[in-house]
Amino acid sequence: MKTDDLITVLARDSSPPWRFRPVLLAAICGSIIAAAALFFAGIGFRPDIAEALGSGRFLFKFVVTITLAVTASLAVGALGSPAGGVRRRGLLLAIAPALLAGAALLELAAIPQSQWGRSLVGHNARFCLTLIPLLAVGPLACFLAALRFGAPANPGLAGAVAGLAASGIAATFYAANCDDDSPLFVMTWYPIATMLVVLAGYVIGRKLLRW
Amino acid sequence: MTASSREDDWAASMRAAMAGDAGAYHSFLVSVAPHVRAVARARCRDVDAAGEVEDIVQEVLLTIHLKRGTWDPSRPIGPWVAAITRNKLIDVLRRRGHRISIPIEDVMDTLHVEDKGDGLLARDIDTMLAQLKAPQREIVRSISLDGSSIRETAQRLRMTEGAVRVALHRALKALGALYRSSARED
Repeated sequence: MKTDDLITVLARDSSPPWRFRPVLLAAICGSIIAAAALFFAGIGFRPDIAEALGSGRFLFKFVVTITLAVTASLAVGALGSPAGGVRRRGLLLAIAPALLAGAALLELAAIPQSQWGRSLVGHNARFCLTLIPLLAVGPLACFLAALRFGAPANPGLAGAVAGLAASGIAATFYAANCDDDSPLFVMTWYPIATMLVVLAGYVIGRKLLRW
Repeated sequence: MTASSREDDWAASMRAAMAGDAGAYHSFLVSVAPHVRAVARARCRDVDAAGEVEDIVQEVLLTIHLKRGTWDPSRPIGPWVAAITRNKLIDVLRRRGHRISIPIEDVMDTLHVEDKGDGLLARDIDTMLAQLKAPQREIVRSISLDGSSIRETAQRLRMTEGAVRVALHRALKALGALYRSSARED
């Protein structure tokens, strides 16, 4: 076929294209709904939620997880375009870990050394490692589905960052159930759970997001 | 024409195309093709694959079409075209067993050059076309061979215009998938 003829064929296809940005926004809404549905149906708030709301350590968990969800979602938006890199938004991704590391240092100063170990181990580590990935399944599916409408220059990286965003949303819900509020616990276990989701996103993204 | 005024033209055509102006879209593709060809020819010369140039041009144009929703109208269009061209070039040349890196700056530079091309035939697309389902293949052939409109194609194939539109769109998506899977096999 001649290129001019191909161009004629392409120009005859008048079906309006799916715009990546609105699709991604819809996927973010879908992610939140999916995680919320699972959370309220099967997990729920911790029993002492009313008291917890008065605790700085409890509330700070949400500062970290929501920061992660927002910055990683922005990075997914950038990575979904063929010309989009994460150079500037990549720096944004450092905010959540930096906040958490800062809080952990403060915690080390605030509590006696004899309690460090107990705060770090907590009593919910196994739930943390299972519930965050479980809550992240729906959001990860939404983000990957949206990225199919994009054209990520690096499919593996885009999938991994989608996993990061999905973890941020999942962890935001999980944090309302988890009664381990010490930054030492959060800095130890949440990132392990997140890495599982990131790895899944990377592996699936490499296969699914080629274009 | 300077590079920036050409990019302004491309962006204006593409905006009109997004708003449903098929003529503007046609002239956008016609205007982009020689630049994609210049990039492809420069790269193919490096790896001694001159016979592939037009195949690459066609695959890039199809990708631009299928992925046009990823262009953000508030951003310049040149880097977007360059990024798609570069990505596809790497795909195609890897498929041929060439391990190469292509700096995006080089693509941006060559994208300013125009290569009107001489023999504009490519073979890959006919191989892909042959693998489509019969009605999809017939529709693409009908339009490509004599430039039939959707309405003429619908009359000739005794289909509704809506059905032809849907089948054409699916055919182009299927072609994209065929290019992709051929990239994965080898």
